[in-house]
Amino acid sequence: MTTTAPEAGTRAAPEGSPGAARGPRRTGRIRRIGLPYLLLLPALLLELLVHLVPMVIGIAMSFKELTQFYIRDWGTAPWSGLGNYKLSVDFDGPVGEALLHSFLVTVSFTLLSVGLCWLIGTSAAVYMQDTFRGRGLLRAIFLVPYALPVYAAVITWAFMFQHDNGLVNHVLHDQLHLTDKPSFWLIGDNSFYALLTVSVWKGWPFAFLIVMAGLQNIPRELYEAAALDGAGLWQQIRRITLPSLRPVNQVLVLVLFLWTFNDFNTPYVLFGKSAPEAADLISIHIYQASFVTWNFGTGSAMSVLLLLFLLIVTGAYLLVTSRGRKAADA
Amino acid sequence: MPSTVAASRPQHRTPTSPMAPPRSFLWSRRIFLTLLTGFVLLPVYVMVSSSLKPLQDVSGKFRWLPSGLTIRPYIDIWSTVPLARYFMNSLVVAGTATVCSVAIAVFAAYAVSRYSFRGKRVFTITVLSTQMFPGILFLLPLFLLYVNIGNATGIALFGSRGGLILTYLTFSLPFSIWMLIGYFDSVPRDLDEAALVDGCGPLGALFRVVVPAAIPGIVAVAVYAFMAAWGEVLFASVMTNDATRTLAVGLQGYSTLNDVYWNQIMAASLVVSVPVVAGFLLLQRYLVTGLTAGAVK
Repeated sequence: MTTTAPEAGTRAAPEGSPGAARGPRRTGRIRRIGLPYLLLLPALLLELLVHLVPMVIGIAMSFKELTQFYIRDWGTAPWSGLGNYKLSVDFDGPVGEALLHSFLVTVSFTLLSVGLCWLIGTSAAVYMQDTFRGRGLLRAIFLVPYALPVYAAVITWAFMFQHDNGLVNHVLHDQLHLTDKPSFWLIGDNSFYALLTVSVWKGWPFAFLIVMAGLQNIPRELYEAAALDGAGLWQQIRRITLPSLRPVNQVLVLVLFLWTFNDFNTPYVLFGKSAPEAADLISIHIYQASFVTWNFGTGSAMSVLLLLFLLIVTGAYLLVTSRGRKAADA
Repeated sequence: MPSTVAASRPQHRTPTSPMAPPRSFLWSRRIFLTLLTGFVLLPVYVMVSSSLKPLQDVSGKFRWLPSGLTIRPYIDIWSTVPLARYFMNSLVVAGTATVCSVAIAVFAAYAVSRYSFRGKRVFTITVLSTQMFPGILFLLPLFLLYVNIGNATGIALFGSRGGLILTYLTFSLPFSIWMLIGYFDSVPRDLDEAALVDGCGPLGALFRVVVPAAIPGIVAVAVYAFMAAWGEVLFASVMTNDATRTLAVGLQGYSTLNDVYWNQIMAASLVVSVPVVAGFLLLQRYLVTGLTAGAVK
């Protein structure tokens, strides 16, 4: 969006200190070549130290046979070439098989969670577009899961899912008699649904918040015109509200997808260092490969593979949605 | 928390609206919102009620109402684990990270929003793309990097609050910069250009004109940064030691090999949540307006 302004050439003031601002200037845009870089410098340095350098190190580590013996001086770890990658994608071997399983679990978990978060968040925002008694209070209540610290909220869910003293079994078994005997929720197959419940409970308010913000940008004339033409409320929602939300939804779904896919906090607090097989999300899986079984090289290779996958998905998504937008504009 | 946004913006269907909502809409709304409220508040109820129960209540079958109310858990939480210290650590880490990250993001976003310069696109794309990287990808290298910097220079990053602050502040930075660029773009350029003409330096224009006009966006970003740091678990559990442990890790101390003090866990969860939730609800209207201008466009 930012092509160069018609200002090339003349340098109004020497770059550097803010004091230089007192130099000669013209009305309109004032250009100081160095100033923007100076303003960016802290952000750049930090990004470099905490994101870019570690990323390079991470990629380098993935080519090494990095076990706990080399952790003090990881540069001396033996080179393993593509060995870690081969191990990770060898789906017949135990490591690759487990990674593939965890990947598939993560994909289905993410799709379900994002879909439900979007559905609940959008419905709530659309239902609460009008004023009615108690709307402000409800909105505050709905934001509580988003505001609660993850560990406090997830620990409470972990308590509710306890086998002997949890609320969920008490209600399902003792009170509603829906199950023959109390179920296990934090181990075994049910753990997938437990994780999904917590993730949706925690995640939908963000969708609610974003959609609510998006709804404010829809001009009310559209609704008035539609109402005059005889469109009912449901029709207005279907024909005006939802289509107008499209650009918002494109960003929202992508952000929700990335956050859910990479989520570590929820499964970690719910299950601990190793998740049950049915809920073995990829970030926990990599954490375990690295910090529990002490194979940092393989863990790094898995991280890089995960990053590649996310890059491809995000790129494809952006391509499709911007193409979709262009088609809509044409 | 009366809704301030509702009062300050035009509603879509005012009483003058030609059509009242149909019954089907009202009924489905009533049912949906009731169920959702129940779903949202269930854990909150469990947290509050269990925190007031004696230990035998939370160890046995779940009961909706306590057999006897007690505030004992609220007294015991401070001695079972050093909760006050964890609280202090969390406060220092999250507070410092928030202040620094907002300040740095304001400068960076101002540069991107108001100046054209070489490398701008590369910068914004790089910043944005770090959002998609899994935290686990950074954990290991950062762990090694901090250890190595510590060995080489004697600056203790690993295990210190400083290392954690540094980490957290960059995690909220990309989102903050991105939001603030959008927000600053919505502040009319004429305003700060007029300030420049009147003799302000660029920083004067930023602090006297742009920042005051962008307060909702800045508050939204600060709330986000604080919550992200207050709630982070992964880095807190690897990169802290006994002295620097934050609440996120400290709360695990209430389960011992023999007993899980669920009533104390719930009491402690409530105590660490109340400040954040209260602050968040107080500032929520900024969050909605901030998101509208910053992220949604």
